[in-house]
Amino acid sequence: MDLATFLVQCLNAVQYGLLLFLVASGLTLIFGIMGVINLAHGSFYMIGAYLAFALAPYFGDWFIARLVVGVLLAALFGYLLEWAFFSFLYRREHLQQVLLTYALILVFEELRSILVGNDVHGVPAPGWLAGSFPLGELMSYPWYRVFASAACIVVALALYWVVNRTRLGMMIRAGASNRDMVRGLGIDIRLLYRVVFAGGVALAALAGMIAAPLSSVYPGMGGSVLIICFVVVVIGGIGSITGALIASLLVGFVDTFGKVFFAEYSGVFVYLLMAVILVWRPEGLMKRGF
Amino acid sequence: MSQSFKTTLVAAALASCAFGAHAQGAPIKVGFMLPYTGTYASLGNMIENGFKLYVQEQGGKLAGREIQYFKVDDESEPSKATDNVNKLIKRDNVDVLVGTVHSGVALAMAKAAKENNTLLIIPNAGADAITGPMCGANIVRSSFSNWQPAFAMGKVAAEKGHKKAITITWNYAAGAESVKGFKEAFEKGGGTVAKELNLPFPGVEFQALLTEIAAQKPDAVYAFFAGGGAVKFVKDYAAAGLNKSIPLYGPGFLTDGTLEAQGPAAQGMLTTLHYADNLDTARNNAFRKSFALAYKAQADVYAVQGYDAAQILGAGLKAVNGDIAKRDALTAAMHKVTVDSPRGKFTISPAGNPVQDFYLREAKGNNNEYRSIAVKALADPARGCKL
Repeated sequence: MDLATFLVQCLNAVQYGLLLFLVASGLTLIFGIMGVINLAHGSFYMIGAYLAFALAPYFGDWFIARLVVGVLLAALFGYLLEWAFFSFLYRREHLQQVLLTYALILVFEELRSILVGNDVHGVPAPGWLAGSFPLGELMSYPWYRVFASAACIVVALALYWVVNRTRLGMMIRAGASNRDMVRGLGIDIRLLYRVVFAGGVALAALAGMIAAPLSSVYPGMGGSVLIICFVVVVIGGIGSITGALIASLLVGFVDTFGKVFFAEYSGVFVYLLMAVILVWRPEGLMKRGF
Repeated sequence: MSQSFKTTLVAAALASCAFGAHAQGAPIKVGFMLPYTGTYASLGNMIENGFKLYVQEQGGKLAGREIQYFKVDDESEPSKATDNVNKLIKRDNVDVLVGTVHSGVALAMAKAAKENNTLLIIPNAGADAITGPMCGANIVRSSFSNWQPAFAMGKVAAEKGHKKAITITWNYAAGAESVKGFKEAFEKGGGTVAKELNLPFPGVEFQALLTEIAAQKPDAVYAFFAGGGAVKFVKDYAAAGLNKSIPLYGPGFLTDGTLEAQGPAAQGMLTTLHYADNLDTARNNAFRKSFALAYKAQADVYAVQGYDAAQILGAGLKAVNGDIAKRDALTAAMHKVTVDSPRGKFTISPAGNPVQDFYLREAKGNNNEYRSIAVKALADPARGCKL
């Protein structure tokens, strides 16, 4: 492998990692901070992608407006979902959470089938991002992929700022480490959780919307990201945003170079990485809330 | 036991004997085991509709026998396959099994059909083993083996003068079989497969492998993907600019039913399959018209395979005058039939797989348009079949 190819592969790894981070960050918020095992997270990603597909005809090239509207809808949806279902789950066992969120997967998949059907659909990238630039001799790199990476970096920075520099972030971190103490200090933890959950859903949906032009939308697309997201969350340390970022990039690199050098066994490396890290640091790379 | 109860039993026994004697009049039970939910749901419906269309065209009967349908959703889930197929064989007592799309499920069905000696017609699943090591006199396929379209594509690629090819697929049985078929024909034609790339099923993160293809600079790429993965691969391949310098080939599954989603990325792509959307023959036109009238939908290759499954069964029943108890004569006739299919006439090999023409098609708009015959009357080698 020459240097140019190596650099392109690094770019691929970073880009994949960043997109993973966007989905996984929502999961680490919900799973880590609220303690809910949310198997339906992949469905939120799928809902985001289908939102992008459904909204596309109305917005045309107003791509950013489409993202904003989609995120707001998803956040509202998450807020209602928390109120209707998840708020009853915090004190229950994990098994019941798994049952509810699994049921939600089935419901969302069936709704998707009824509303949109089972066909694969393409989602157009906005006109102003449609081109690509040459990279190496034969390859070119689509601008949309650059945009997707940039959007992920912006979201990562914004999340870091919210969690570490704002009052809301302080409450979230406090809620992650000691729920009862936070409540004792007079903070409305139910409202806080509702906001965090809505935020987590919005992040997953945003990831789905950004990924839609790259991946198309198709039945079962949520399931494929769910497992890898749990891997990222567990490697990064449950409830840690920074950990999720590091873990996503690690997974991105391991997956990319695993595929290139050991095609036959490429499926194994990500899980091997997880096993090694769990032996080394059973709690994951970073502490909860950081 | 009371006297009256005994009398009832005797009467019931007599009655059932009487029915047995008149079995000719009872309907033939056809059990559909197809995906009605999940990714392949639309394929399952197409197959069922195709099958029923043929039976309707014969006046709702095959060889004078009414047809009664039973349905089980196989969910494309191999772990549930044995239970599901037993529902049809043991609970519903079907005479003929029709299914399915997913190869893993179909292999379990073939196993159960052999154990229970039930007739099985496979309307899609392409696993080579079904008409290879697993073959049986009671098993016939109306679709293709994974080896077939791949072999046809390998021949075309070699004829186009390509010398060095790279293959890419998911790391699972169907992908491996397809790549093997392509490689066999391509290397026979003087080319070499420089590298076989694969990624875990059903992963869609292709970027690393596309970079690898660009670095290797082959003359051609052969890809086997289906559904959402096929759409993403074809689009990523075009987005990476590779389609300008390295032609992408594949079996028809790469573009069938997904051209709309693939958009401009797929235009001009060449694929091989035993069917093409605009096959302009009287037989195909009549079929497509009849299908569109009956179901208000455009027929596709899956509908054709379902339709032909019914034709094969019909031919078998006709040979024994509808007496399904004459199994040997029935299965022999099912293997000897020449099916007048919308795809073109085809015969059945001793192993139970269609011997059929493979077409080279070009993606144009939302259709895979017929270009030429890639290989005439291509028979699967049926490696490992002892029939």
